[in-house]
Amino acid sequence: MSGPPALALANVSKSFGAVRALREVSLELFAGEAHALAGENGAGKSTLVKTLAGVHRPDSGQVLLNGEPVVFHNPADAQRAGVAVIYQEPTLFPDLSVAENIFMGRQPRTSLRRIDRRAMRARSAELFARLGVTVDPEQPARGLSIADQQLVEIAKAISRDARVLIMDEPTAALSGNEVARLFSVVEALRGQGCAVLFISHRLDEIFSLCQRVTTLRDGAWIASEPVGGLTHDDLIRRMVGRELGALYPKQDTEAGEVALRVERLTREGVFTDVSFEVRRGEIVALAGLVGAGRSEVARAVFGIDRWDAGAVHVDGRPLPAASPTAAMAAGLALVPEDRRQQGLVMELSIERNIGLTGLRSLRRGLTISRAAERDRARDWAVRLRLKFAGLGDGVGVLSGGNQQKVVLAKWLATGPSVLIVDEPTRGIDVGTKAEVHRLLSELAGQGIAVLMISSDLPEVLGMADRVLVMHEGRITAEIPRAEATEESVMSAATGRAA
Amino acid sequence: MTATTTRPEPAARDRSARSLVDLVFRARELSLVLALAALVGGTAAVNPNFLSGQGVEDILLNTAILALLAVGQSMVVITRNLDLSVGSVVGLVAFVVGDALASGWGLVPGVVLGIAIGAACGLLNGLLVSFCRVPALVVTLGTLYVFQGVCHYVAAGRQINAVNLPPALLSLGNGAVLGVPYLPLITVVIMFAIGYYLRAYPSGREFYAIGSSPEAARLAGVPVRRRVLAAYLVSGCLAGLAGVLWLARFGTVVADSANGWELLVISAVVVGGVAITGGVGSVYGAALGALLLTVIGGALVVLRVNPFWQQAITGALLLIAISVDRVLALRVARLLRRRSRHG
Repeated sequence: MSGPPALALANVSKSFGAVRALREVSLELFAGEAHALAGENGAGKSTLVKTLAGVHRPDSGQVLLNGEPVVFHNPADAQRAGVAVIYQEPTLFPDLSVAENIFMGRQPRTSLRRIDRRAMRARSAELFARLGVTVDPEQPARGLSIADQQLVEIAKAISRDARVLIMDEPTAALSGNEVARLFSVVEALRGQGCAVLFISHRLDEIFSLCQRVTTLRDGAWIASEPVGGLTHDDLIRRMVGRELGALYPKQDTEAGEVALRVERLTREGVFTDVSFEVRRGEIVALAGLVGAGRSEVARAVFGIDRWDAGAVHVDGRPLPAASPTAAMAAGLALVPEDRRQQGLVMELSIERNIGLTGLRSLRRGLTISRAAERDRARDWAVRLRLKFAGLGDGVGVLSGGNQQKVVLAKWLATGPSVLIVDEPTRGIDVGTKAEVHRLLSELAGQGIAVLMISSDLPEVLGMADRVLVMHEGRITAEIPRAEATEESVMSAATGRAA
Repeated sequence: MTATTTRPEPAARDRSARSLVDLVFRARELSLVLALAALVGGTAAVNPNFLSGQGVEDILLNTAILALLAVGQSMVVITRNLDLSVGSVVGLVAFVVGDALASGWGLVPGVVLGIAIGAACGLLNGLLVSFCRVPALVVTLGTLYVFQGVCHYVAAGRQINAVNLPPALLSLGNGAVLGVPYLPLITVVIMFAIGYYLRAYPSGREFYAIGSSPEAARLAGVPVRRRVLAAYLVSGCLAGLAGVLWLARFGTVVADSANGWELLVISAVVVGGVAITGGVGSVYGAALGALLLTVIGGALVVLRVNPFWQQAITGALLLIAISVDRVLALRVARLLRRRSRHG
């Protein structure tokens, strides 16, 4: 590790509106090292990656390439500088072939600078051979499984002969074999002098692949140190910065009668034979990897997507398929994964957003009563301890956590008997996260049945009375609170237990 | 993923998935050709005059301008955008160039002027859409009226008459080389040039990439704004050229001569299999769509069907094309899904 780092951040800060995603963060990536980036969800890892990739420009601080300050105006600048990125969510062109996806923007050429399709195919096949997998380069990217899509992303990054390779949770959807293959490729690249930044929430992977680790917490730099002297617990302590228990205050409640019963629910090619029950007063977590079909199950139960077979009962009564209106009338509420796109109308005010689910009940005569709308919003704002300047403000100016509270208020105002929350604390700062947890726990205490989809393992372990684990569209395990550990959930989620 | 590696014959399976998808897309151009053949055959059986030299030439001439516009439009649509202003550009260019030629301009400067005006219009659309981030529908609806207004202002109630135009222009509109009229020849050459560019060149494929997933294109370092700007520029230039050809073909031009054509052009593009959501389709399909719509118009005349039906039939065809696309897309998605899970 002599000479300047291949790529570095020096005192970089970045804010989005009121949210400070990165605060004075520094990071040095040296040629030939695999460097891990650790931190909880929302700690700023993805923002850091996007800053290195030229997607975001820092508000202050510098990006240094071989010790020289550079400004990446766009992703193309970063790529030209030899930075290749594998994003958490695959970014493919569904209509184009796998080979075209890999070589977009730098296709092999023949005479007259035309695309050399044959070479493109052959080089794609070569890349997949190197990764030890079979993917047809001519197949359109649409229809590939998440794991295959991830492999295409990896092939794309390797094909760039990058000097810096950044991988944002590349292993989340891969099986053990494929992870091993990927690691041997990364080792080889490292041997060739490539600097690797590796993000994973599987701590074992960090310890087996990386030499150094940098930890972020709530957007701030905590430590950069060799992996050698660390234990798992040391690393978790740096990431979390507090005892786990305090953050997840699930109270013990007496489980009541069954509020939601899902029987052998199947949607062709998406999920199969999904059966479970949620009782009043219970929080049931639905865990699994990205793409396992968890959100899809929630969408089908709530009637957004049609199911092909099976049945859903709410409070003992069957629910018709594909009708969110009927689901709401039956007492279901769904707080979606993506609150900006699906949960809120960003242009409307806080009170309007909270009022959306109950427009009928807010009616006085033929029109909607502004006063009733405002009363209802104020009531919920107080109950959820919403931080706001005025109820008439747009929800766009609120922080992520407060936006999530508005979505919760909107649905709690319907008086649901079953509340489905999809990634309730994604991208929320730790303080608000604890409040959301307290709230979910209180709701369960009041007799609401809560189904919580979460990729945040500590959250799942801390909050849930029972954990259902999905893998490739099936429920592979049901684990009671007492037996749920990081290992038991992860092994079911990766299909090892099944 | 384990699914792929443990398949008994992965290559064979993948190939069948691919050929299925291939078939669906090739089937579009194929089904257009079949529909055309059936239509032409049926109409000719009822009235053989339909296939007379004059009849065919009329159809080719009528198709040429529509197809030229459809080629430009499909470039814009492939990037998940829309250009509603082409009809107005055609009208504006036809009138301004007509004025210039009537006052003694030569044919070549006239053509250059027409394309330049079209390019300017396309540049304005492109800048507003790509750099100011205004939705394409709103921008081009606005410029549709703006260009129309400018045209009315320039025209001030006058009209261009064929007698004032140079003979060279009129022979461009109605002359032929080796029996093939110039107009469709020009269109076919441009169509192949653009079609080849979009298929064979890296920057050409980027138009598809943008329409397929704008966010992924940005992350892949594709210069999204520049390509979208280029698409509008091409659409504008071709609309300018189409304006000159319009003048050459009809000779007599009033201010709002091509009003409403934008919708006809978009219909041709969609019927031709270019997905309105971008990323899919070819300029050949779009041109075939234009040919089909024109042939239907001609056939209805020959079959003595009330011309008012023509619009209804165009509309019905559009709905059928979109429904077929949607159904096929769902089928393919479902099949691919099944393969990747249970394969």
